[in-house]
Amino acid sequence: MSTPATKGIVEPAPAAAAPKARWRWRDSDILASFLSSKVTVLSAIVSVLLIGGSLLAPLVAPTNPFDPATVDLMDSLMPPRWVEGGDPRFLLGTDNQGRDLYSAILYGMRVSLIIGLAGVAIAAVLGIGLGLFAGWVGGRVDAFVMRVADVQLTFPAILIALLIDGVVHGIVGNAQRENTAFAVLILSIGLSFWVQYARTVRGSTMVEKNKDYVQAARLIGIPAPLILLKHVLPNVIGPVLVILTINIALAVITEATLSFLGVGLPPTQPSLGTLIRIGNDFLFSGEWWIVAFPGLTLAAFVLAVNLVGDWLRDALNPKLR
Amino acid sequence: MSRPVLSIRDLKVEFVTRRGVLRAIDGVSFDIARGEVLGVVGESGAGKSLTGSAVIGLIDPPGRIAGGEILLNGERIDDLPAAAMREIRGRRIGMVFQDPLTSLNPLYRVGDQITETILAHLDVSAAEARRRAIDLLKEVGIPAAERRIDGYPHEFPGGMRQRVVLALALCAEPDLVIADEPTTALDVSVQAQIIALLRRLCAERGTAVMLITHDMGVIAETADRVAVMYAGRVAEIGPVRAVVKDPLHPYAKGLMGSIPTLEGAADRLVQIPGSMPRLNAIPRGCAFRPRCGSAFARCHIERPEPLRVGEHDVACFLYAQGAPAEPAAAGPGTEARR
Amino acid sequence: MLAFILRRLLQSVVVMITVGLIAFSMFRFVGDPVNQVVSLDTPREQREQIRKAMGLDDPVPIQFLNYMKRAAQLDFGISYQFRTPVTTLIGERMPATLELAFAAAFLALAVGIPMGVYTALRRHSVLSSFFMTVSLVGVSLPTFLIAILLRYVFSVQLGWLPSFGRGEVVNLGYWTTGLLTLSGLKALILPAITLGLFQMTLIMRLVRAEMLEVLRTDYIRFARARGLRTRSIHFGHALKNTLVPVITITGLQLGSIIAFALITEYVFQWPGMGVLFLGAVQNVDIPIMAAYLMLIAFMFVTINLIVDLLYSVVDPRLRTSMRAAT
Repeated sequence: MSTPATKGIVEPAPAAAAPKARWRWRDSDILASFLSSKVTVLSAIVSVLLIGGSLLAPLVAPTNPFDPATVDLMDSLMPPRWVEGGDPRFLLGTDNQGRDLYSAILYGMRVSLIIGLAGVAIAAVLGIGLGLFAGWVGGRVDAFVMRVADVQLTFPAILIALLIDGVVHGIVGNAQRENTAFAVLILSIGLSFWVQYARTVRGSTMVEKNKDYVQAARLIGIPAPLILLKHVLPNVIGPVLVILTINIALAVITEATLSFLGVGLPPTQPSLGTLIRIGNDFLFSGEWWIVAFPGLTLAAFVLAVNLVGDWLRDALNPKLR
Repeated sequence: MSRPVLSIRDLKVEFVTRRGVLRAIDGVSFDIARGEVLGVVGESGAGKSLTGSAVIGLIDPPGRIAGGEILLNGERIDDLPAAAMREIRGRRIGMVFQDPLTSLNPLYRVGDQITETILAHLDVSAAEARRRAIDLLKEVGIPAAERRIDGYPHEFPGGMRQRVVLALALCAEPDLVIADEPTTALDVSVQAQIIALLRRLCAERGTAVMLITHDMGVIAETADRVAVMYAGRVAEIGPVRAVVKDPLHPYAKGLMGSIPTLEGAADRLVQIPGSMPRLNAIPRGCAFRPRCGSAFARCHIERPEPLRVGEHDVACFLYAQGAPAEPAAAGPGTEARR
Repeated sequence: MLAFILRRLLQSVVVMITVGLIAFSMFRFVGDPVNQVVSLDTPREQREQIRKAMGLDDPVPIQFLNYMKRAAQLDFGISYQFRTPVTTLIGERMPATLELAFAAAFLALAVGIPMGVYTALRRHSVLSSFFMTVSLVGVSLPTFLIAILLRYVFSVQLGWLPSFGRGEVVNLGYWTTGLLTLSGLKALILPAITLGLFQMTLIMRLVRAEMLEVLRTDYIRFARARGLRTRSIHFGHALKNTLVPVITITGLQLGSIIAFALITEYVFQWPGMGVLFLGAVQNVDIPIMAAYLMLIAFMFVTINLIVDLLYSVVDPRLRTSMRAAT
């Protein structure tokens, strides 16, 4: 019954001897991992291109859509260059005020990104700070912070952001909306996203603070803030990084949504959301490009950043699926 | 001699991985007769559990049976279609897993899990199935079975749960029970009870048992015959008295030497140097050779096939013609430190 | 069991009081409550009179207590914009939002669970990879983009479905429903898909992950070793265990569906609470904002409570521990 292969030395059987197995091997494991990394690479490239292009908008964009001198109302509602009636000056066409859509998207993306980044930065600083503080001090303070976090978590971020927006405008006066919109958006996003950081950091802080080396550091009189920064923070930086990446996408979505709903940036300083809001009004009359290109840009950016974030999560924590 | 209940011939199991094909079981053969308890021992990774999974047809991709035959009452079952194999599982081969705490579905009543198994295999009414389930629970020693049948698994302590698992394995009167480390997860005080129960239930029914364990004590008490597995092969197989008292294979000697006995308390326990090779690094020749104190030239080149020596079948060249005169006791091998 | 419910109830009350405090602070300090009843040109003395009459000179804790008392009787003051009691405004719009939210939730469950089960059982099939890719897009795309896309394709281009509004509604006393007329049902389709898509992908991914987890467990292996039918293992043993966490998440998501509805409502001009709230934010109509906040919190707390109870029905282990706690 014994075949030559089993009688002598058994080495891993050559793959050629098992064609069926080889197939399964090829289309599950390798291909999947290869594809996923390829997708990650592509997403990273898209993210970098979009972020780079928008941050460098003044250098890259053909026109400055904020400068009334370069905008001519006569050019309004031009279709993209390759469509009949398109103008070679305007790659992606123009909006209802004659602004070059391509430039407007770069500038709009820039606005969205700056607001998103600033908002996330506030959220991260606030969340990490409160998390460290609550986890370290414990007791009533901790209970209070976490209770607030729980209650806030009850509401979707977009709702919190809307509420904050409304409240702030109620305080500073609705007439100031145009001037304060930028700051209010950043604040709204910052205050709606802090909970996740606080929870993550607090958990790790509570674990770390009972470890021997931290106790030792306390005994020899190293001040608490220093211990927190030098010993506790490095332990939570991984998950915080993942939350950061995913939050940037979320913050950009939030900004775009608020602007789209008309409570964000006004048409004079358009973000991606504002552009989509403007474009949405022209959808029925056939000017699809005004909404399509900003929409696509937003979708591509969010998808790319999310994919990079997914990859980052897996890379930083192999235990997670 | 009547036909064995289970007969495994030259079984091979492979795993297809990214880095190539690994052979985890490489030419295992043995029989189990009706009413017989065969103990299968070896270190973890030797292929004991995998052999059990192969018999009951539960090897999941990327693993697969790559060769050999498995015969149940003379019928070949390793190449059956999935539906036919499902009818054999539970009906003709029962299985007991290691951890009773996780073997039972927490959301289903204990009784429902038994009756669903009975109904899946036997042509009886639901009421009859329930009656049988109660009888079975009584038989495995569950007090107040009529009441507890409607309990959920978490309401049973560990030992009780393993009794329920035994009832489940036996509820369709199988010809063979594969018990994979059935007592490892239990308290020591409960272990002996469960083993005795398994032994009694199977003896009453004439059920053959494949008892997979690394506990030599359990084997010595329970098994009729014992198979010692090493690196996916059977190193030695024979009646339990013979193998435990007088092991032939150097690995089996080491293994038996590691059992503490009351009489020999003064002796040092023998330890086998080194560890079992990983699947991707099984050496040429005899897989045990790097750890073996008696290895000689032939062991480096050829793979030993089982030889009949008295009541034993032993896969070792020491018992073949042309071996060095006296088989030395297994001790620290020259090549043990690799 | 009773103790458990009481404990959860107490927690809910604490949450409601916290949210009430926030709502009250907004109501009292952000806007001027006097604005509810006066117009811009009301003379100063008259405003002071009204202020006194409204109890705004009372100590703040008393005012809070009164506010909560009135809130418990569903009195949230009068909208600055509409000069109508907030309760009436919300009451008129609530049926539209709830019908939309439940239609979306139903859609998400009815499609998401089977898709999750399928992708878990046939992990390497082409259809599964397709579902997974679509779900990734679904998770990433902002709701308003999905809404615009659907509206463009099915209303503007194909003209199959209405692009805005709720269609014909039938008045059933306190409740107006669009579910009883054809135009109402047609109008519901696109908004429900928009709102449900994100939840659907979420549920699909959750079900898939849980199912894969469950399929790896010992009791599933044991069920297979007992020779049970594959179907009863997958759809009985595995699915039942999978659904335990799915129930929680779905319940919790219902609250955010109701809140997220405002984006969908805005795009499709659906006459619901979300649009009302949005208008209130734009016009700093604090009484409406405060009331909406309380309402969402209340719904959330209620859903949470129901989920907890449902949980104990599904999982016998919890039932016992609750009994033990009593």
